[in-house]
Amino acid sequence: MQGKNEEVDAGMMTFLLKIIAGAALMLLVGIFAILFEGLDRVIHAKMQRRVGPPVLQAFYDILKLLGKENITPRSGNKWLFNMSPWFSVAVTLLVFMYIPIGSFPAILGTSGGLILIIYLLGLSAVMMAIGGFASGNPIANVGAQREMILMMSYELPLAVVVTTMAWLAYTLGLPGQPFSLETFAATSVWGVVGKAGIFGLALLMVSLILVIPGETGKGIMDITEAKTEILEGLTIEYSGTNLAMIHLAISLRALAMSGVIVGLFIPWSLGASIGFSGGLLFAVDFVWFWVKTFAVAILGVTLIRTAYGRFKIWQASEFYWFKTAGLALAGMILLSLDVLL
Amino acid sequence: MASENKQTYKIPIGPVHVGLKEPITAWLDLDGERITKATIRPGAIHRGIEFMARDRNPIQVISLSERICGICSFSHVECFVRAVEDAAEIPVPTRAQYIRAIVLELERIHSHVLWAGVACYTIGFDSAFHLGMLLREKVMDILEAFTGNRVNYGMGTIGGVRWDVTPAVDKALREMLEYYRREFDAFYDVVTEDPIAKARMRDVGVLSREDAIAYCALGPTARASGVRCDLRWSAPYEAYADINVKPVVPQDYYGEVHGDVFDRFLVRVLEVYQSLDIIENCLDGLPEGDIMTEPKIAKLLGDLKKADGLGWAAIEAPRGDATHVVKLTGGQENLTWWKVRAPTYSNAVSWPVMFVDNELADAPLIINSVDPCISCMERMLVTDKSTDSKQVVSKAELLEECRAKTRRLMQG
Repeated sequence: MQGKNEEVDAGMMTFLLKIIAGAALMLLVGIFAILFEGLDRVIHAKMQRRVGPPVLQAFYDILKLLGKENITPRSGNKWLFNMSPWFSVAVTLLVFMYIPIGSFPAILGTSGGLILIIYLLGLSAVMMAIGGFASGNPIANVGAQREMILMMSYELPLAVVVTTMAWLAYTLGLPGQPFSLETFAATSVWGVVGKAGIFGLALLMVSLILVIPGETGKGIMDITEAKTEILEGLTIEYSGTNLAMIHLAISLRALAMSGVIVGLFIPWSLGASIGFSGGLLFAVDFVWFWVKTFAVAILGVTLIRTAYGRFKIWQASEFYWFKTAGLALAGMILLSLDVLL
Repeated sequence: MASENKQTYKIPIGPVHVGLKEPITAWLDLDGERITKATIRPGAIHRGIEFMARDRNPIQVISLSERICGICSFSHVECFVRAVEDAAEIPVPTRAQYIRAIVLELERIHSHVLWAGVACYTIGFDSAFHLGMLLREKVMDILEAFTGNRVNYGMGTIGGVRWDVTPAVDKALREMLEYYRREFDAFYDVVTEDPIAKARMRDVGVLSREDAIAYCALGPTARASGVRCDLRWSAPYEAYADINVKPVVPQDYYGEVHGDVFDRFLVRVLEVYQSLDIIENCLDGLPEGDIMTEPKIAKLLGDLKKADGLGWAAIEAPRGDATHVVKLTGGQENLTWWKVRAPTYSNAVSWPVMFVDNELADAPLIINSVDPCISCMERMLVTDKSTDSKQVVSKAELLEECRAKTRRLMQG
């Protein structure tokens, strides 16, 4: 009887700890997401020979929007319209519960992995599209349709990469669950395969980076919000707090996707390689994780959106279904050949 | 999937739209993303400039004509001034003709660089847009150094120009030529190298050669469809008769004509290089002499008051040929009437042809591809708010109105 009580208490403690850690992480991730948007704008401006806004401009924008009135279109479905931005942010924040941050294990790492992450990211996109449809605006409707098509397009390379990685972990018997990011954080995949495998992994990583623009709808994939075509598309009717949430959700998706890439392909710990241990290791690796994530996000969002214009929606689908998925499939084949032979 | 009676829905592009510089509405019938039909509804920025001119004397109208358009401001001045010179038979010194040609070409560079930037912006290529704005600064600085103004130059006057090319201006101009020959290649690369820009512009908004002729397209729009037309070549005015200007058509450079947005981009970019050469030729061959026939404005006004007759002028503005017709009546100080036909007036007619079977994503690009100047174009507006009637004037009615107006003017 006594033992069972203790067990319940211990379970309760872990539960509470997870809630506190999760809340703290979500808050921090939210701030990082806005910081990333600020950095993105500054680097974008510098590459265009412009002065650009201050780094904190994204914070000012979000704060301003939070203080503004939410205007709900008369023709729209108010309930869905107001719910979807919040839902989108919440779902994207949940992704970070399943990504190991540096040497910290993922907070909910035991109860979900890559498949769940893909679905959460997909759900976030679907919620945005629902918000667009719910606004009742024909232009938002076009934007939402494009968002759905885009989502279906980038899911293919995403799925190919994730299944290949899980298969790799399963076949090689890496310690841990094959679909859990913890597995890849603990053992670097680059060390366990041969030369062809390394090339295959590189192809998989590139195709995953190419998914970032689609995930965030920026740069070449700025199709759902294309302001010179469909006037910010699915967000056209949003204002005030709702708009702030949408901006947050988009930045969060960039970071989440980059976090997944870092978790899968760039797991190296800085603290361990210097020889730190204990609290210092955790602190250094925490910062190191975010440095890596920002670097990947800047590569995937800022560089691509500075270098190129935007695709049309069918060109984007073609890009993901044939070019990017082709790249991922080539990576998969190389990797399987390397592992099996 | 494909049902027999397809449900289309309507989406307006404009009148106020991020991708458009000026207010115009294109009502698009969409089947998914595909445009099945397009209806252009202008009429949002009519200002009645021609009517205002009838209360002003020709010298005052110069600054009015400058404000028809913000970008081709000197083209309209030039055209108006030439029409008045034609009506009053005022000669222009050779040096002034050369200076006019220089300013016209500077303006063409300004217009084409701005357009190239905006076209890149329309396809979401913001870096090229900012590069365009950066490049445009140089020619605006030069125009400011030359004329004192960046947009409305106040350069033209009847019987000459108001500012001379001093040695300092000459130096600045030559420096500008160097600058553009060095820096403008980035845009050339956008045309020929960038895969996404090519994917977005190739085979979009196609206007065939036959359609370009049938719908009276002008300027770079017609030239991009392979029509060899350029007033600087076919009916040279000012200094152009001394300079060998050849129309820039894509078949001369790429061996084939698509008549799409890509070709329009190509033609404009190549015309910037052509303008640089023309300016250099003008500077090299700049003759000595006066820059004005009659520097005293009071005396000039007196001459103009005596003048009686119809003056006509057509020049190759950056967007195509602009035509001005002016009627002066002897003894009257003010213009009797003045008719402006800006190139967009003709080019806008070919929009519906370009739109069909393109996608919604292409719509603003297609509108922008003819480099529309809506405030140049808007000449007529029929509204009757009180009865809320939506009257559309048919072609036959318009023709009848036009004939009646001509008869009135002939008698009056």
